[in-house]
Amino acid sequence: MSAAPAPTGNGAEAAAIAEDSPAPRRGGLARLVGLFNANWTSWAGLAMLVVIVLMAIFAPLLAPYDPLDQSILNRLKPPSADFLMGTDAFGRDVLSRVLYGARISLIVAIAAIGLAMVAGGTIGLVSGYVGGRFDVAMMQAMDVLMSFPSLILGLVIVALLGPELRNLIVAISLTAVPPFARIARAPTLAVKERAFVEAGRALGFSHARIIFVHILPNVMSEVVVMGTLWLATAVRVEASLSFIGLGVKPPTPTWGGMMRDAFENILDAPWIAIYPGLAILALVFALNLLGDGLRDATDPKLRGE
Amino acid sequence: MIRFILRRLLAAAPTLLAVLTVVFLIVRVIPGDPALVILGDQATPEAINALRARLGLDRPLHEQYVSFLLTALSGDLGQSMVSGKPVIEELVAVLPHTIDLTLASLLLGVVLGVPCGIWAALHRNRFIDYAVRIVSLLGLSFPVFVSGIFLLIAFALTWRLFPVIGTADLNDWGDRLHKLVLPTIALGSVMAAYIARVTRSSMLQSLSEDYIRTARAKGVPWRVVVWRHGLRNALLPVVTVVGLYLGILIGNSVLTEIVFNRPGLGRVVVAALTQRDYTMLQGLLVIYCFLIVVVNLLTDLAYGFIDPRVKHG
Repeated sequence: MSAAPAPTGNGAEAAAIAEDSPAPRRGGLARLVGLFNANWTSWAGLAMLVVIVLMAIFAPLLAPYDPLDQSILNRLKPPSADFLMGTDAFGRDVLSRVLYGARISLIVAIAAIGLAMVAGGTIGLVSGYVGGRFDVAMMQAMDVLMSFPSLILGLVIVALLGPELRNLIVAISLTAVPPFARIARAPTLAVKERAFVEAGRALGFSHARIIFVHILPNVMSEVVVMGTLWLATAVRVEASLSFIGLGVKPPTPTWGGMMRDAFENILDAPWIAIYPGLAILALVFALNLLGDGLRDATDPKLRGE
Repeated sequence: MIRFILRRLLAAAPTLLAVLTVVFLIVRVIPGDPALVILGDQATPEAINALRARLGLDRPLHEQYVSFLLTALSGDLGQSMVSGKPVIEELVAVLPHTIDLTLASLLLGVVLGVPCGIWAALHRNRFIDYAVRIVSLLGLSFPVFVSGIFLLIAFALTWRLFPVIGTADLNDWGDRLHKLVLPTIALGSVMAAYIARVTRSSMLQSLSEDYIRTARAKGVPWRVVVWRHGLRNALLPVVTVVGLYLGILIGNSVLTEIVFNRPGLGRVVVAALTQRDYTMLQGLLVIYCFLIVVVNLLTDLAYGFIDPRVKHG
């Protein structure tokens, strides 16, 4: 998939990939399975994540009630056979809302981190490749962006643009751009000095082709692993913003928003807060398990067994 | 040491300037006229123009920028558009609550995180190691408001040991500490989780270095090797992470303050946003960034203190 020469390392496949390979030698899927096998926690995280994603996709089939259906007669009912997770102050079924709530969390996190990965990754690649003053200026700009606490920055952006799905995605992705720029830049600096990049230049390849066809594959695994970890952060930030009241507007069920609503009756009906809280925890934990396992497998410093 | 401090201070100045510029721009590009927001739709054009003149909004942008920089650097952040009181006064009034919470959480994080991290590293791939890794991963998966609400439910419903909400009397240290317990557990457990993980991996790395083998070969007792050679060299990344996450901690205190109904910067942010108090918002962002720049500076100084090579390098 790349014109890069084969890695010089032999035998120690994994070490070679991390230390001296211009591009993954094995096929993408086989390599990915290898990364997963290095750490059973990745599989556990992936399994949890798949369950949650399936629950979000098939929410209409799984949910026993309409998540928006209010029922005065069934207000604040504790968990029972009819309502497995109880009902909220409007008599809505908490289980159905938790199932539907997974959708917003996943959509916002995936869209925001996807955007941040593309934008930050491009900034890092180009900045590292061009080098010189341009690089210094870009990295300083990233530092300035990073000196705002990300939750506060997200808070301000969403509050000013208005709490809508699109603005939520933009705000969260903006806070995640600098780390992706940094992680893409570091390997770019090393890779651009290698012979195959020089060869590409000698052959008259355009800069864009060298950056995106020849350097990008070498940077990809680190960016993707970090993306998984940042997905966890994005889910947390989305839930936090919804909890503060800056998430997707009600009555659309979001986990953070449900906890916000639950706050009024926290002592009489704690289940309204507990279940969405556990749902957030489960999704963030799954993503962290996945990302953490993958990072351990790709980081040569942590491997060393 | 003094030259080192001065050098770091000088390096922090451009960042602070850039941050102030960004804050100025953010507040200016907001859609909507602050004067209109304050006075409401019913206001006459004359009243709006008068207020715009009073707020300095009628002047050219570069003039506003220079006067913003000069006043901000002299510690004057203007007056709140809502209460009319100086912004700096209102912020200084709530700052101790936020700093209390941040420092207490940091302390909990270090006291819990560093020993757990060392413990896990010394028992690599054994039960303890897995337990610390999984529990710490779980710990940092808790959004602060979720752990806060869970604590609130547990303590308000069942145990009733700690006051669940409330404003502490700053002059009464007992009250201040008592009301700090639950928010600190909520916020500090995240910090402890991060610190434990970084201490573990950093310790593992330092224990695999050649000088550790040398020390053991020349017969230094294992205990001394771990503490003097291993830990000392493992601390640098830990300090980096503490510095980095202190910023996140300050940001996350917003959630803790809302859940536990504590006063602090976070509650002021939310109020300023809902009331569209632009000068307050501007002042808050300046204070936040100032705190983070100070934390970064302290982190750098701590490097020099822990590792003399940094100071002279």
